[in-house]
Amino acid sequence: MTELAATDPLPKPKRDLAPILLPIALALAMIPLIGSPSTWLTLTAASLAMGMMIFIMASGLTLVFGLMDVLNFGHGAFIAVGAYVATLVLAPFAASIQADSLWINLAVLAPAALLSMAVSGALGLVVERVLILPVYGQHLKQILMTTGGLIVAEQTLYALWGPQIIPMPLPTSLRGSFILGDVAIAKYRVLATLIGLAVFIAIQLVLNRTKLGLLIRAGVENREMVEALGYRIRRLFLGVFMTGSALAGLGGVMWALYREQVHASMSDELTVLIFVVVIIGGLGSIGGCFIGAILVAMVANYGGFLVPKLALVSNILLMVAILMWRPRGLYAVTSR
Amino acid sequence: MMILSGDPPRSRVLTVLLVVIILALALTPFLFPGAKALNVAAKICVFAALVASYDLLLGYTGSVSFAHTMFYGIGSYAIAIALYGMGPNWAAVATGIVVGLPLAALLALAIGLFSLRVAAIFFAMITLAVASAFQVLASQLSWLTGGEDGRSFQLPELLRPGTVLISKSLFGFEINGRILTFYLVFAISALMILALLRVVNSPFGRVLQAIRENRFRAEALGFRTVFHLTYANCLAALVAAGAGILNALWLRYAGPDTSLSFSIMLDILLMVVIGGMGTIYGAIIGATIFILAQNYLQALMGVASKAASEAGLPLLPGLLHPDRWLLWLGLLFIASVYFFPTGVVGRLRSGGGDKGAPH
Repeated sequence: MTELAATDPLPKPKRDLAPILLPIALALAMIPLIGSPSTWLTLTAASLAMGMMIFIMASGLTLVFGLMDVLNFGHGAFIAVGAYVATLVLAPFAASIQADSLWINLAVLAPAALLSMAVSGALGLVVERVLILPVYGQHLKQILMTTGGLIVAEQTLYALWGPQIIPMPLPTSLRGSFILGDVAIAKYRVLATLIGLAVFIAIQLVLNRTKLGLLIRAGVENREMVEALGYRIRRLFLGVFMTGSALAGLGGVMWALYREQVHASMSDELTVLIFVVVIIGGLGSIGGCFIGAILVAMVANYGGFLVPKLALVSNILLMVAILMWRPRGLYAVTSR
Repeated sequence: MMILSGDPPRSRVLTVLLVVIILALALTPFLFPGAKALNVAAKICVFAALVASYDLLLGYTGSVSFAHTMFYGIGSYAIAIALYGMGPNWAAVATGIVVGLPLAALLALAIGLFSLRVAAIFFAMITLAVASAFQVLASQLSWLTGGEDGRSFQLPELLRPGTVLISKSLFGFEINGRILTFYLVFAISALMILALLRVVNSPFGRVLQAIRENRFRAEALGFRTVFHLTYANCLAALVAAGAGILNALWLRYAGPDTSLSFSIMLDILLMVVIGGMGTIYGAIIGATIFILAQNYLQALMGVASKAASEAGLPLLPGLLHPDRWLLWLGLLFIASVYFFPTGVVGRLRSGGGDKGAPH
């Protein structure tokens, strides 16, 4: 071993690049299979956008597990609540949504998204206090409690809004696509990709560059130690849970706009999707969750184009393949 | 005591309750005439066996699986497809059983080997994902499964309602093929529950409990925990598929809503929690309470909803609508996890008081 001088920076752990290269390799491998480069580019752009939206929804789940060791099976409920709240705001402003100006459109969309985040974040506060607080440290009961919470939330949405599908049209200026040569890229997908990237970078910066992030990461490693140093880890937990819920709400709005409809059962289908992503990424890992989301979206898009029948179970096949390779997910963060 | 595998109910109230339930179920065709009562009784029998098999996983090994309805569905669909394709004869029934049970066990083996090895915490999530994929598959392969409509079929001659075995003039009651089917369901369910009771009270069952309490320690004692967990998983899947077969035979139909839907999975979870995890008897109690409530409270909710809407109350009619039954179920679910973690059986066994839960 070489001696380190006091001024030398601490040796950093080697970066594990294989998972990052995986989606890139997958995308490149698809070029000859798909044949037409323009189709490939369209599919790749679609995968990126879809992956970013899934990432936003799943990041909260993996964050909550990583820090608090809480398995939240009710995460899907926050997604659905976020989407429904956005319809409440957008309905009276239908005219502004139809307006052919990006700024007017965004002036309605942005407050709607923010309100959704606020409501689902506040719901997160209630859920943490009522459902999670009594069952910290008990996985079995956490699963049972949050599953119960998911049922109640979904049924309340049915009772309030009825069982019908609510349309949620895209604003006029976000419809259609940019044409680059012979490639068409939908405008909304560009916006979704940008928002997703922004969320990813923001989470990474907060976790790695701020004192708050330092405390959160320390809390993941050793909760008692952080408490002994005088920090209220319970407050920190609550904050992380609310952030996760708010992100789910944002993801719900984006997904609803992507599908242009809202339905109470969307929480069910998305729950499975985000679980697959979180498992692939490695429970508790933000980076793994990001790569997992993109992989899932890629498999869905490429698979849907090449072998439509297979696309239905492609998620599961992907998950099986990844877990064969790395049994704890792409990046194993926690030792739990 | 032999028949109960040396594990008596250990509570006087519980014993009385069980005897009443079993007698009522056994005598339903004579005590409560009418199709609805018989349907409810058959459903209680099927679900008691299904819930008991789930308890083997949840209560005895402590692993949460969301794929239990998948095995239930495999049993249902196997018998339905066989009877639909081969016609109403006993060879088809045999084919359904011979294909369905091993298929369920094999799938359970695959899931067990794959996900129990990975990490205990992944198990719940992975089973949920696999079950949802299976559900999609069942609704997409419509040439085989009938898609969303499911498969209706005819029963063999002997089990049809039209077949009169003992006429009314002879006995005071008419014994027909329908009642024979009911007793078939009752007897096989009872046998499966007794078999599960045998399993959990065997040395194997003790190892499962040891794994539940402290997996690391069980491993250190030399037990191959993955082998035990996978074995338990396969046994539970076999019984679940058996319950699925009975359910399909009783309904003369198998479809996504009756055998695969996520709401059935939640029903099972709730029945285990209400009855008491880690007690096979809890399955009988839980299934009885739940199915009686489901069948008779929903009507009550309809009346209450109507009354609330006539009184002009806001929101209440919507919340009390019979379709919102699941909402109250969810609240009940949370409340029972919170307030009665040991369920009815745990409560009765500890003497009704709060004398500390067994786990």
